[in-house]
Amino acid sequence: MLDKTLAELAQGLAAGEFSSTELTQSYLDRIKAEDGALNSFITVTEEQALSQAQAADQRRAAGDAGPFTGLPIAHKDIFCTEGVRTSCGSRMLDNFISPYNATVIENFNRAGAVSLGKTNMDEFAMGSSNESSFYGPARNPWNTECVPGGSSGGSAAAIAGGLVPGATGTDTGGSIRQPAALCGITGLKPTYGRVSRYGMIAYASSLDQGGPMARTAEDTAIMLNVMAGFDPKDSTSIDKAVPDYTLTLNDSLKGLKIGLPKEYFSDEIDPQITAQVQAAIKEFEALGATVKEVSLPNSHLAIPAYYIIAPAEASSNLSRFDGVRYGYRCNDPVDLEDMYKRSRGEGFGEEVKRRIMVGTYALSEGFYDAYYKKALQIRRLIQQDFVNVLTEVDIIMGPTTPHPAFKLGEKTSDPVAMYMEDIFTISLNLAGMPGMSIPCGFANGLPVGLQLIGNYFAEQRLLNAAHQFQQATEWHRQTPAR
Amino acid sequence: MSLDRSDVEKIAHLARLNIAGQDIQEYAENLSSILDLVDQMQAINTDDIAPMAHPMDAIQRLRIDEVTEGNQRDHLQTVAPAVEAGLFQVPKVIE
Amino acid sequence: MEWEAVIGLEIHAQLATKSKIFSGASTAFGAEPNTQACAVDLALPGTLPVFNAEALRMAVLFGLAIDAEIGYTSVFDRKNYFYPDLPKGYQTSQLFHPIVGTGHVDIELEDGTTKRVGVTRAHLEEDAGKSLHEEFPSMTGIDLNRAGTPLLEIVSEPDMRSAEEAVAYVKKIHSIVTNLGICDGNMSQGSFRCDCNVSVRYKGEEKFGNRTETKNINSFRFIEKAIKGEIERQIDLLEDGGTITQETRLYDANKDETRSMRSKEEANDYRYFPCPDLLPIVIDDEYVEKLRSTLPELPDARKARFIEQYQLSEYDAMVLSAYRDLSHYFETTANIAADAKLAANWVMGELSKHLNQNDTEITASPVSAEMLGGLLLRIKDNTITGKIAKQVFEAMWAGEGSADEVIEAKGLKQVTDTGAIEAMVDEVIAANKPQVDQYVSAEPDKRGKMIGFFMGKVMQASQGKANPGQVQGLLKQKLDALANS
Repeated sequence: MLDKTLAELAQGLAAGEFSSTELTQSYLDRIKAEDGALNSFITVTEEQALSQAQAADQRRAAGDAGPFTGLPIAHKDIFCTEGVRTSCGSRMLDNFISPYNATVIENFNRAGAVSLGKTNMDEFAMGSSNESSFYGPARNPWNTECVPGGSSGGSAAAIAGGLVPGATGTDTGGSIRQPAALCGITGLKPTYGRVSRYGMIAYASSLDQGGPMARTAEDTAIMLNVMAGFDPKDSTSIDKAVPDYTLTLNDSLKGLKIGLPKEYFSDEIDPQITAQVQAAIKEFEALGATVKEVSLPNSHLAIPAYYIIAPAEASSNLSRFDGVRYGYRCNDPVDLEDMYKRSRGEGFGEEVKRRIMVGTYALSEGFYDAYYKKALQIRRLIQQDFVNVLTEVDIIMGPTTPHPAFKLGEKTSDPVAMYMEDIFTISLNLAGMPGMSIPCGFANGLPVGLQLIGNYFAEQRLLNAAHQFQQATEWHRQTPAR
Repeated sequence: MSLDRSDVEKIAHLARLNIAGQDIQEYAENLSSILDLVDQMQAINTDDIAPMAHPMDAIQRLRIDEVTEGNQRDHLQTVAPAVEAGLFQVPKVIE
Repeated sequence: MEWEAVIGLEIHAQLATKSKIFSGASTAFGAEPNTQACAVDLALPGTLPVFNAEALRMAVLFGLAIDAEIGYTSVFDRKNYFYPDLPKGYQTSQLFHPIVGTGHVDIELEDGTTKRVGVTRAHLEEDAGKSLHEEFPSMTGIDLNRAGTPLLEIVSEPDMRSAEEAVAYVKKIHSIVTNLGICDGNMSQGSFRCDCNVSVRYKGEEKFGNRTETKNINSFRFIEKAIKGEIERQIDLLEDGGTITQETRLYDANKDETRSMRSKEEANDYRYFPCPDLLPIVIDDEYVEKLRSTLPELPDARKARFIEQYQLSEYDAMVLSAYRDLSHYFETTANIAADAKLAANWVMGELSKHLNQNDTEITASPVSAEMLGGLLLRIKDNTITGKIAKQVFEAMWAGEGSADEVIEAKGLKQVTDTGAIEAMVDEVIAANKPQVDQYVSAEPDKRGKMIGFFMGKVMQASQGKANPGQVQGLLKQKLDALANS
């Protein structure tokens, strides 16, 4: 029963082919046997998973099962889970047993989902390789010498490695789409405000968005049905009805207008990636779509603007980690300032400290206009580019990343080189629109991701296009050698 | 834009981050290269562009004024590093 | 050269909401430490703020009350600094786009004139928790019950020139926020606090001197003393050739002096930026006009009405109009007694004296307005004298019943029976021969004064119950008869 999609597992549960308890136990066994090589989990919640599975089985027996009841998934360790360590990949929260649940967790609990555990991630979601995790890097199942991408690298690796059929992720600058691309799975970053941020530990509040990761577009639609919705506890949550994302998956793509930004097909991209992406676009044409070249002229400014806005917000968001009310406190502080500086100095890793310092600097007196305000102005230019193009076309497509998965340690000494890996994903967080990455081939044996970008609240259209592509291709069915 | 040791020390103090003396130089170099990256923004004239703090021009929703949270002290203080008599403890603050 | 003080004030008024500005925890005062601090107030990872509608309503109402520009789009900013009673490591405030812009209030000066004081702005922010330094030998304890209580920070222009003007301004703002019902005004509990910015300069000079900020003063009297002391200190220092350091000072009420707070090692760099967890607050004319229609009568308007309607003096009208409960009490009493002047005298006299002595709020007065009105009626219809009335008031304060009940129980009814009074008058005249002789031999224009002696004796004999008018009339008639015989 393992290696099935969530949709298939849901059918199996409904048909009584296996119970949620059996299914959960099988996954737990596989995690125990195989996660040593992948390090995709920070915490496995075996006991809780089995009791949730039993409860789900009882619910099904009572005729009260919903579409997600009994399905096992995992959560990025950025979502607060009551009674379970929520580390955010950091030493700072290594001892933090969350006293409350994130709204996303509550939503899955209500749906009767089973949580197998908490997945590995870059510390505080700051990274593109999972190497900044306090718990050591997760590894790419296609080649364990390579990174799975980040920051939701643990979720991507666990899904690609067959340890879990679906997992939550969060995406601030590409943290769902980039690891999905590098691990050959499907990931969706919804419209900003579509999924509640309450209980999702903030990195950059105006960019963060939670979303589903799974093998297929259909599975991400099933997960998004549970995750999406208005939350009165989150001021930035959007009060807009949530459609059933599975209902439109089979709509025809006839007449779908696809735009290809010329900026996304430059010489700096690995030519094998360009080739795979172009082949995928041919497939969409075969499905009835039309294609035209478009332009996002301010694309090159996305990384500069992002690396002011995100660190600025992070420097403030992470001030609460001060060793007073929870989290790491250094040993024997001599005074208050010593407690602050050593707790934070020892509790945070290098990349987190680096971004806090960049943000602190950008907001400091005399620099606000030159950096922060400037970045917010650029942000509007970037958003306008997307708004303009999306009046001409329905979906923008291009590569998710400029390169396939790179070797562990290859970019750790050069933060700027690491940042450039997010060049195609980052602008979308600035604009707030939804985006997906779906598998579309291989380069040197490593997966290649195709990115689909839509207008605000166009998740249905993206999922529909992705699903139709996956009905016509087998890339999402490929699994790494076990 | 290039930062020197004293810049790094000043920023680290503002952010209350202890940085080991031998690491300061590396921080200075890394931060400088990040600032070089973001300085690409300065080439663009944005005089007439309204800053965009949020993706959508949504407005603040209001919460009805009612008490929904009761006393959860014991539960919430289970994760606290040091508590005495219901108070969070920190090294003595001298004013 | 003459010195001149320049004073600007920042007042922090806690808004009287039930729950906090960004969370559903209670704002009630005096709870056990940290029992009113929820996950949001503790800034647990992942928690988010949602803005309280009532805090918005109260802030806008204040803006309308001081005739201010209303911020139709206001924005929350983060003020970043580390302190253990500031859980998020930033205070959510409004720097760039406050909810209330420029407005003004009028204050009454001692010479009877009024002066207009400008209000620069008023903005919403969250209060911090409390650091308790004395509870433990080597540690500071943090109580976050107060963290997240909504504050309206009201910033004045540097328009005041003396401690008295500053106090008059603070009292005016205090009376406005309590009249609006947006702040309980309790200064000892810290619901209404004041930071004073003080500088001095030579009169006629335009440039401001270096100013100091004295923080968190919590009584009108301390505000006056702290400012006076600070002005004196600055003048002394300058006259001795010194300079004023721009700094934050603390007022020590026990020593009645301000002292410098340990200067922070670095200049503050608060790194303000718009809070990304909150969206701009946008209100429209409809919202504002609806609120305007709910504005209660404010002290200035009420004062004018009291002068017009009750013919009160400027001073009485000012005192009685300042607070809603006091005004209501006065008007109720005045209407029952059908005598505003008498009611004003009693409310500002006997009643206020008792309230102050017993530290009692007017709303908790054992003598209600209805009871006081009943008492005044008995003065007016000559049932009792004014002097006896004070005795009755005491008894009413002690819970012995209404005026009529007390008068009846104690037999305090005024004696108006002419025969009884005449007997007492005759008795006093007979018993005080030397004083009668003096009266008779005195020049007629001196006699009026001397009658007081006999008055006193008769009133004493009647235990204060004889009608003073009748006594006086009879005494004069009888003594003058003796003199003219």
